Amino acid sequence: MFLPGKQTMKPAFSVIFLTTLIGAGQGLFLALFTHQSYALFGLLPMQSDAFYGYGSVLVLLLLAGGLIASFFHLGRPERAWRSATQWRTSWLSREVIALPAFMGMALLYAGLHLTGIRPEVVTLPSGLLIDLSMVIGVIATLLAFVLFICTGMIYACLRFLREWHTPLTVINYTLMGGASGFTLAAFYAAMTAPTEAGFFVGWALIITLLAFVGRFASLVRNARLKPKSTIQTAIGVKHPRITQRSMGFMGGSFNTREFFHGKSPAFLRTIKPTFLLLAFVVPMALLALGLLTPVLLAIAFILQYIGLLAERWFFFAQANHPQNLYYQTIG
Amino acid sequence: MTQLALVIDLNVCVGCHACVTSCKEWNTSGSAGPLYDENPYGADPTGTFFNRVQTYEIGEFPNSETLHFPKSCLHCEDPPCVPVCPTGASYKRKEDGIVLVDYDKCIGCKYCTWACPYGAREIDEKQQVMKKCTLCVDRIYDMTMDEADRKPSCVKACPTSARLFGDIHDPESVVSKAIREEGGYALMPEWGTHPANHYLPRRKTHIKIHQDELERADNPLKVDRQLPKPGKGESSMEDVSAW
Repeated sequence: MFLPGKQTMKPAFSVIFLTTLIGAGQGLFLALFTHQSYALFGLLPMQSDAFYGYGSVLVLLLLAGGLIASFFHLGRPERAWRSATQWRTSWLSREVIALPAFMGMALLYAGLHLTGIRPEVVTLPSGLLIDLSMVIGVIATLLAFVLFICTGMIYACLRFLREWHTPLTVINYTLMGGASGFTLAAFYAAMTAPTEAGFFVGWALIITLLAFVGRFASLVRNARLKPKSTIQTAIGVKHPRITQRSMGFMGGSFNTREFFHGKSPAFLRTIKPTFLLLAFVVPMALLALGLLTPVLLAIAFILQYIGLLAERWFFFAQANHPQNLYYQTIG
Repeated sequence: MTQLALVIDLNVCVGCHACVTSCKEWNTSGSAGPLYDENPYGADPTGTFFNRVQTYEIGEFPNSETLHFPKSCLHCEDPPCVPVCPTGASYKRKEDGIVLVDYDKCIGCKYCTWACPYGAREIDEKQQVMKKCTLCVDRIYDMTMDEADRKPSCVKACPTSARLFGDIHDPESVVSKAIREEGGYALMPEWGTHPANHYLPRRKTHIKIHQDELERADNPLKVDRQLPKPGKGESSMEDVSAW
């Protein structure tokens, strides 16, 4: 049912799952490789190949889940390969390249650890041995960040969707993906290498707090936005009181289906505090308590993931598309 | 360089929707396949259109006026929908500036509709590709047609000639002259998209008439005393015309 009026974009669940799943996957990989890097310099005990290897398998499962979800967004999924061609201009195209590239590197990283094939690449003058898994890990880490930037820029580059057109979009995608990934890493470590759980819990707390700050900042920013386009600029008539009497059809169109979410204002008012609690506040509390029992860490990740689904829904629904000015009245 | 465009005269548009139906008719009959309609004769019909006529009320009753507003792709000179397309299906033709979608390349990701502030694109729910006004590219170059017919379907259909078609980069074209001389403007100029299509505003013709233009001072009736004669000091036409 189409409800005209002050409504905003209809979030697509395919994109919600894509962005949250790959975000968690990227975050988990960054967590694992951060640990390996610390361990390389002797700051933490080096864990078994299985720890990093199976952790990366988990990363791949999350990324594959996101990739599968993304296909549900396409009207013509069989032509998806074409979407890698316009990387010169399109952030979406860049993401389409960065995601499989990152997956490939994560697969290689997992493979090197699980097979135990870790050929030496170079020995630093300090006597530090750099093996191939470290080199692949560094490349994958860079690609994880590239992927965060691509995903965030898909939204941030649309200049008239002003709720998205801010560096905070890219920063928050990175922080929220990182937060969920490190929380998952904390649970994974609690199950497989309990001595290391504290390291991941600490970082998960810090990144979740930063993500909370970043997301809150974007909410404050968006609440103060004044629309640049008005009904006056939309039809080019200078008059303070202009009312649409007919959008030209009565049965709805793509424009009324894609850009109006059809949810009540009460629903929108509920989902904002819900995601702030579930994605940030509750996980921070559970992480702090989580060292007592791994179950709390599992719950922390699940609730944070659900919170991020709600956050992503709200992110899309908050975007106020100027085209909606043209679709206000059936009649 | 050519930039084909429509110029729509809001002063003349009567909101009859003839452009909508003739656009639909032409573009649903072409070799690119139909413009899909769902439940066309059912209770809740919906479908793909390239062109819509909307109606706005300016002001409040009783001081209001009705504005009929045809809306289609504006073929922006700097189209925001084109660079975001991940497949290259959306493109702007160099030779005539028409923004087109290659239906064989489109993956139906809808990203271009997010990037178009005007809501000019509609997905075809059956073919699952993005569709939009083509400026009847399959008509305007069709040499089997009479020259008079080589115009977009909507332009041909308009009973009040509210739709003009031509090259806005040619200063002598009918569209350039209309934009220049009749106050043509672009929609949502704040986004810097430089729409090629322009709109001509509603304009009312006012003339100022002074009292002495209505009542001639040297009216012969006054001279013949059939009307009161003007006083000696009052101005007469002879003051300005007696050379």
